[in-house]
Amino acid sequence: MNAQIHSFHGGIHPPENKRQSTGGCITEAPVPSRIILPLQQHIGLPADPLVKMGDKVLKGQTVAEAIGRISANIHASTSGTVVAIEPHPVPHMSGMMADCIIIEADGNDQWAEHQGLEDYQKLPKPELIEHIRKAGVAGMGGAGFPTDVKLHLGDDHIVNTLIINAAECEPYITADDMLMRERADKILGGIEIIAHLLKPLHIIVGIEDNKPQAIRALQEAFDGCTLNLDIISVPTKYPSGGEKQLIKLLTGVEVPSGKIPADVGIVCQNVGTTTAVFDAVHHGKPLVSRIITITGEAVAHPQNLEARIGTPFADLLTFCGLSEQHLARLIVGGPMMGLTVENQQIPMIKTSNCLIAGSINEFPAQPPAQACIRCGMCEQVCPVELLPQQLHWFAKGKEFEKAKHHNLFDCIECGACSYVCPSNIPLVQYYRFAKGEIRKEDAEQRKADHARLRFEARQARQEQEQLEKELRRKARAEEAAKSQAAKRDAVITKQASSAPESTGEPDLKQLKTNAAVARTKLKKAEKALSNAQAKGLDGIDTLQETVNQLQAKSDTAAQAYEQAQQAPAAPAAPVLDIKQLKTNAAIARTKLKKAEKQLANARDNGADNIAELEAEVKALTDKSATAEAAFKAAESGETPPVTPAAPAFTQAQLDDLKAGVDALQGKVDKAKAAYEKAAASDSPAAPKMADGVTKLEGKLKDAEAEYQQALQANQAGTSAPPATPAFTQAQLDDLKADVDALQGKVNKAKAAYEKAAASDSPAAPKMADGVTKLEGKLKDAEAEYQQALQANQANTSAAPAAPAFSQAQLDDLKADAEALQGKVNKAKAAYEKAAASDSPAAPKMADGVTKLEGKLKDAEAEYQQALQANQANTSAAPAAPAFSQAQLDDLKADAETLQGKVNKARAAYEKAAASDSPAAPKMADGVTKLEDKLRDAEAEYQQALQANNASTSTAPAAINNVAAEKPDAKALKQQVSIMRTKLKKAEKALSEADDSTRAELEQDVASLTERYEQAQAELADLEATHIAAAAAAGIDLKQLKIDAALARAAITKAERALSKAEDDAQANLQAELLSAQQKAAELNSTLERFSK
Amino acid sequence: MALIRITSPHTHRPGNTGDVMRTVILATLPGMAAMTFFFGWGTLIQILWGCLLAVSFEAAIIKLRKRPVSFYLQDYSAIVTAVLLGLAIPPFAPWWVMFVGILFAIAIAKHMYGGMGSNPFNPAMAAYALLLVSFPVQMTSWSAPFVMVGEGWSIISFIDSLQFIFSGIQPALYDAFSMATPLDVMKHKGGFTTEEMWYQSPLLAEGIGAWHAVSAAYVMGGIFLLYRKIFTWHAPVAMLGTLAAVSTLFFLIDPDNYPDPFFHLTTGATMLAAFFIITDPVTSCTSNKGKLWFAAGIGLLIFIIRSWGNYPDAVAFAVLLMNLSAPFIDQYTQPRTYGHAKAKRGMKGNS
Repeated sequence: MNAQIHSFHGGIHPPENKRQSTGGCITEAPVPSRIILPLQQHIGLPADPLVKMGDKVLKGQTVAEAIGRISANIHASTSGTVVAIEPHPVPHMSGMMADCIIIEADGNDQWAEHQGLEDYQKLPKPELIEHIRKAGVAGMGGAGFPTDVKLHLGDDHIVNTLIINAAECEPYITADDMLMRERADKILGGIEIIAHLLKPLHIIVGIEDNKPQAIRALQEAFDGCTLNLDIISVPTKYPSGGEKQLIKLLTGVEVPSGKIPADVGIVCQNVGTTTAVFDAVHHGKPLVSRIITITGEAVAHPQNLEARIGTPFADLLTFCGLSEQHLARLIVGGPMMGLTVENQQIPMIKTSNCLIAGSINEFPAQPPAQACIRCGMCEQVCPVELLPQQLHWFAKGKEFEKAKHHNLFDCIECGACSYVCPSNIPLVQYYRFAKGEIRKEDAEQRKADHARLRFEARQARQEQEQLEKELRRKARAEEAAKSQAAKRDAVITKQASSAPESTGEPDLKQLKTNAAVARTKLKKAEKALSNAQAKGLDGIDTLQETVNQLQAKSDTAAQAYEQAQQAPAAPAAPVLDIKQLKTNAAIARTKLKKAEKQLANARDNGADNIAELEAEVKALTDKSATAEAAFKAAESGETPPVTPAAPAFTQAQLDDLKAGVDALQGKVDKAKAAYEKAAASDSPAAPKMADGVTKLEGKLKDAEAEYQQALQANQAGTSAPPATPAFTQAQLDDLKADVDALQGKVNKAKAAYEKAAASDSPAAPKMADGVTKLEGKLKDAEAEYQQALQANQANTSAAPAAPAFSQAQLDDLKADAEALQGKVNKAKAAYEKAAASDSPAAPKMADGVTKLEGKLKDAEAEYQQALQANQANTSAAPAAPAFSQAQLDDLKADAETLQGKVNKARAAYEKAAASDSPAAPKMADGVTKLEDKLRDAEAEYQQALQANNASTSTAPAAINNVAAEKPDAKALKQQVSIMRTKLKKAEKALSEADDSTRAELEQDVASLTERYEQAQAELADLEATHIAAAAAAGIDLKQLKIDAALARAAITKAERALSKAEDDAQANLQAELLSAQQKAAELNSTLERFSK
Repeated sequence: MALIRITSPHTHRPGNTGDVMRTVILATLPGMAAMTFFFGWGTLIQILWGCLLAVSFEAAIIKLRKRPVSFYLQDYSAIVTAVLLGLAIPPFAPWWVMFVGILFAIAIAKHMYGGMGSNPFNPAMAAYALLLVSFPVQMTSWSAPFVMVGEGWSIISFIDSLQFIFSGIQPALYDAFSMATPLDVMKHKGGFTTEEMWYQSPLLAEGIGAWHAVSAAYVMGGIFLLYRKIFTWHAPVAMLGTLAAVSTLFFLIDPDNYPDPFFHLTTGATMLAAFFIITDPVTSCTSNKGKLWFAAGIGLLIFIIRSWGNYPDAVAFAVLLMNLSAPFIDQYTQPRTYGHAKAKRGMKGNS
C-alpha cells in the first residue's frame, strides 16, 4: 500500500454514477430462451464453428474452435439446440452483422463434462496454458485479448511486474468492483496461477480509491499470501484504468510508443480475467458467463448480473426492469469509451462489462459544435500529452501527414478531450476518422505494392519465356550459321593471305570484352568451386575441370587482347598524336597506382586475392611502361627544338592580335574618312587630322607586324611536322585578305589624293606620301603572301621524297630574295618620293633601284631554279603526284594575281602617262617586268600541270592505298571521349566564366565541338565499316552480339542455379551449364570472327 | 423509442464557449470598476458603447456570411473584444474612435480571417494598434485620476461624460486634468532622470496610485480565471516574469534612466495584457511550453518598445508581433507524447 504512486498527464473527473449499481450483490441472470454466440468476441481471428444446425449442445461444450494463435474458443453457455449459424447483429460500433451460433436453450442448463486440474503446479507450463486456452479465456477488461497469448509472454520476455488492473475508472461500471467485493479469493487464486506461469518479481493490484470496500475485501483475502503482492490504490481519475496509464501510475514506466508492456517487463491482466482463469484451472469451467453491470436511468433496478455469454441485452434489461419509454441510448461499456447499440437483441459477449440504458436526461443530445477557440482545455486533460486541438485541425483539413507527425496513433480514444471541449466538438470522432483514412490509404498502398510486385513477377516470367523461345530459335539459326561460316572461313582465309592489312587489326574492344567475360566466368566458376568444396559436394571434380577450362579460355582471351593492344601500338605510333599517347601513359599509371594501393590494402587485411592483385599490378606495370615508352618514342621522333603539337602562339592569341589589327584598321579607315571630309571642306583641322591618320597608320603597321611575327613564329612551329604545310590555308587566306585590304586602301588613298590634287589642296603632297607608303605596304604584303605560298609549296612538295634542295637552302634563298625585295621596295619608295618632290637625288636613286631590281631578279631566279629542281625531284617519286592539286591551284592563283598586277600596273602607267607624270617611264618598266613575271608564272603552272598528268597516270593505285589505310578504332574512340571531356570542361568553364572571357571561351567551345564531332563522325564511320564488313560477310554483327549476350545470360542463370542446387539435380545443371558455355563460346568465336 | 447510434464519449462536461467568455467578462469587472472609480464614467460609457457596436457588427457580418446569428452571438466573443478595447482606450476618447476600432476588430481582424477561432491576431489589440497609429492625439490624451486630486468626482458628471464623448463638449474644468499617462511622461522625460521626472509632474506622482490600483484589480480578475481553469498559469507568469526580470536588470544598471520594475508591471496595460489579452487562446500558442515562449516574447517586446521604441506603451504591438510568431512556436513546442523518448519538432519528419 505504501508503494510510491506516480502520475500521468491530464485526466478528467466525470461524475462517477457508480453508486446506483452497487446496492445489491451479484445476481445470477435467468437462462434466456435464445443464446447468440458471435464467433468473434475477442481480438484476432474469429473462431471456426464445430457444430451444425440441429446439434444438441451442453453448457460448456466447445461450439467454435480457435483458429491460429490469436483467437479463442467459444463455448455454449447453456444447454440446447443449435438452430442457426448465421449473421446476426453484434455489439460493434458500426452496428454490423457477424456470424453467430444461435442456440435455442432447453432450460435445463445442463453442464457438459468438465474437470478441473488437481495440481496445476505440477503440470508443464505449456499444458497449463493450453488448458486455459481451451477454456476460451480472453481479456475481460474491454479489448478481449486472448489470455493464453499473454501467459506465453514469460517465455521470451523477462516479466518483472504483473499488474492486475482493478482500476475500473469509467463511470457507471461496477462489475469489477462487485467482483472484488464478493469473490476476492477467486481473484487471488487466479493471480497465483498467472504468477506461476509468468514468474514476476512483483505483483501489483492497481485499484482506484473510490472502491474502499473492494480494497478491504482484497486485503482480507490476500492476508497471508506468500506472493510479493501489493494492492495500490490510485487517485480516482479517468482514465487511470487505461493499461498504459495504470502502468505509468504504478511503476512510473512509460510503455514506448508502438511497443507492448511486456517489452518493458510488465504484463497487465484484468481482475475479471483472473477469476476466469481460476474457474478454468480449478473447476475446468470454460468462460461461459461473466459479471455485467446493468445500469442507467431507464432501468428500475440497476445491478450487477452474472449473465451467460450470448444473452441478448433485451433479456438482461427486462430482468432489471427496463422502462422502454425512458430509454434513449443503450450503451455497451462505459459512457466514455462504450459503444451505442440500436438493437436490444444484440447479445452480450466476453468483453461486455456494462450495459447502460440511458434516459434522455442522462445523455442529452450533443449540442451543435461551435468553432474551436484553441482554448487548450483538451490538451490539459489528454492522458498521452497530445495536442488534441491541433489534431482536430489536421483531421478537419485532412492533413493526415501532419496528424501522424503529431502522434495521432498514440491517441487511446479515451474521450477526455471531447468531454472537456467547451465548443462541444466531437474530437474523438475526428481522430477515428483520420486514423481510418490513414489506415485505408496504407492498405491501398499495400495493395498497390502487392499488385505491382505481382505484375512485375508476371512480366519477368513472360520475358523469361520469350527469352527461352528466342534461344531455341537461335539454336536452330546457329546451326545454319555454322555451316555458312565454314564456307565463309575458307573465303576469308584466302582474302587474309592476299590482303593481310585489311584484317590485321582486330577489334580491341571486342577482345577486351571477351577477356572480361572470360574472367567473370572464371571467377564465378571458382566461387562455385569453393562453395562446393566448403560444402563437400560431389560435383567438385567436374567443377574443377570447368574452372581449368575457363582459366585456359580466360588466359587465351587476355593474351589475344594484349597482343592486339600491343600490335597496333607500334605501327600506329607515328600516326597517333603524342597527346593521345601521353593520356594513355597517364591512364596506365593511374591504374597501376590504384592496383598497387589495392594490393597494399589486401596485404594489410590479409585478404585471399593477393596473388591475383599482384598479377594485376604486374600487368598494369607492364602496360604503363609500354604506354610511356610509346609516348617517349613518339615524342623523340618529333623535331626536337619545337614542341610539335603546341604552336608558339595559340590560335586565340593570334585571333587577339588579328582583332587588334582589325580594330586599328577600322580606326585608320575612320580617321581617313574624317580627314577626307575635312580636306574636301577645306577645314583648317585637316592637316592635324592628316597627322593623326599617319600616326594611326603607324600603329596599324606595328600591329600588323606583330601579328605577322606571331604567325610566322607559329608557322615555324607548325611547319616542323613533316606532313603539315608551312602555312595553313587559313593563314594564307589571311595574308591574301591583308593584301586585298591594302590594295583597297591604296586605291582609296589614290583616289583621295587625286581629288586633293585636282582641287589643289595644300594637303595633296602629304597625301601623295601616304599613297606611296601604302603602295609600299601593299607590295610588302603581296610579297609576303607569295612567299608564304611558295614556302607551302616547297614544304609540301618536299615531304614525300628527299628534295634536291633542303628546306633550309630554299629558305636561305628565299630570305635573300625577300631581303632584296624589301630593299628594292624601299629604294623604289624613296625614289618615288624624291621624284614626286622633284628632288635632285632622284636620278641617282633610280639607278640604285634598277641595280637592286637586277639583283632581286637574280635571287628570285636562283630561288625558282632551286624550287623547280625540287619539284622535279618530287615528281619523280612514284606514289605522290608531281604537284598536288593545292600546288597547282597556288600556281594558278599566282598567275592570276600577277595578271591582276600587270593590269593594274598598266592602268597606273597609262594614267601617269596621260597626266605626263615624271614617273611614267619608270612605271612602264615596272609593267614590263610584271608582264615577264606573269609569263613565267603561267609557264610554271603549265609545266606543273603537265608533270602532274604524267606522274598521276603512272601510279593510279597509290592514292587508293593511302586512303585505304585504316584508322585505329580504339584510338578513335579514346579521342572521341577525350574530345568529349575537353568539350565538357570548356562548356563548364564557359558557364562559369564572366563576360570578359566569355567570347574567348565560346570560341574554344565551338572549335572543340567541331573537333569532337569530327572525331565522332570518324569513329561512327569506322564502326559502320565494321558492321558493313560483317554484313557483307552475311552475318548481322548486332544480332550476333545479342545472341552472345543471351548465351552469356543463360550461363549466368545456369551457374546461379547450380550454386543453389545442393542435390542430384546438380549433375543435370552442370551438363546444362557446360552446354550453355559451349554455345556461348561458339557464338563468341563467331562474333569475334566477324567483328574484326 | 428509437435508439441512436453515436460514438463515444457519451457524456460531456457542462458548459460551452459562451460560458468561458462570460467568465472572462465577469473577471474584468474589478478592473472595470477600478477604472470607473479613478477615471470617471468615461470607461464605462466606452465599454457599453463598444458592446453595442460589437454585437451589431457581429450580427450583421454573421448575417452576411449566412450563418445562424443567434447561435454565433451566443459565444460572447464580440462582447469580450469590446470590453477589452473599452478598457484599453482613453476614457474620454470621442465616440468615433470606438466605432472605428470595433469595426476594424470585428469586421477585419476577426471575420475576414474566418471568424471565431480562426483569427490570427487578437482583434482588440489589432484595433488598438490601428487607432494608436491613426489617431495618436485622441489615443494618448488621458485624464488624471480625478478621485485622487482636487475636487474629484464632481469635475465631470455622467451626463458631462456622455456629452464630451458623443458631441465633443468639453467640461469646464477638464483641461486642468487632462494629461498623459505615466508611461507617456516617462517616454518623453527628455534628459531628466526618473526622479526628476516625478518632481516635474506632481499631479502624475500623486495619481500613480490609481494605476497601481487598477492593475491590482486586473490581477484579481486574472486569479479568478486561473482558479476557474479558464487558462493556465503559463502565459501570465512568463510574461510578467520576463518583463520584471528585464526591467530589474536595466534598473539596476542605470536607475536614472530606467524606471523600476514595479513601475513597468503596474502602469499601462501590463496587467490587462497579462491576464486578459495574451491569454486569448485563439491567437496564442497551443502547448504549455509554447505559451511560455509566446508570453516571454511579449514581456521582452513590451520592455524593448517601451524603453527604446516610439510608443509609450507597447502591449498592442508586442502582442501582435507574437501573434505572428505563434504558429511557428507551436511547431517547435509540441509536448512529449506518452511513450515517446522526446518531443517532435517542426511539421514534418518521420512519424
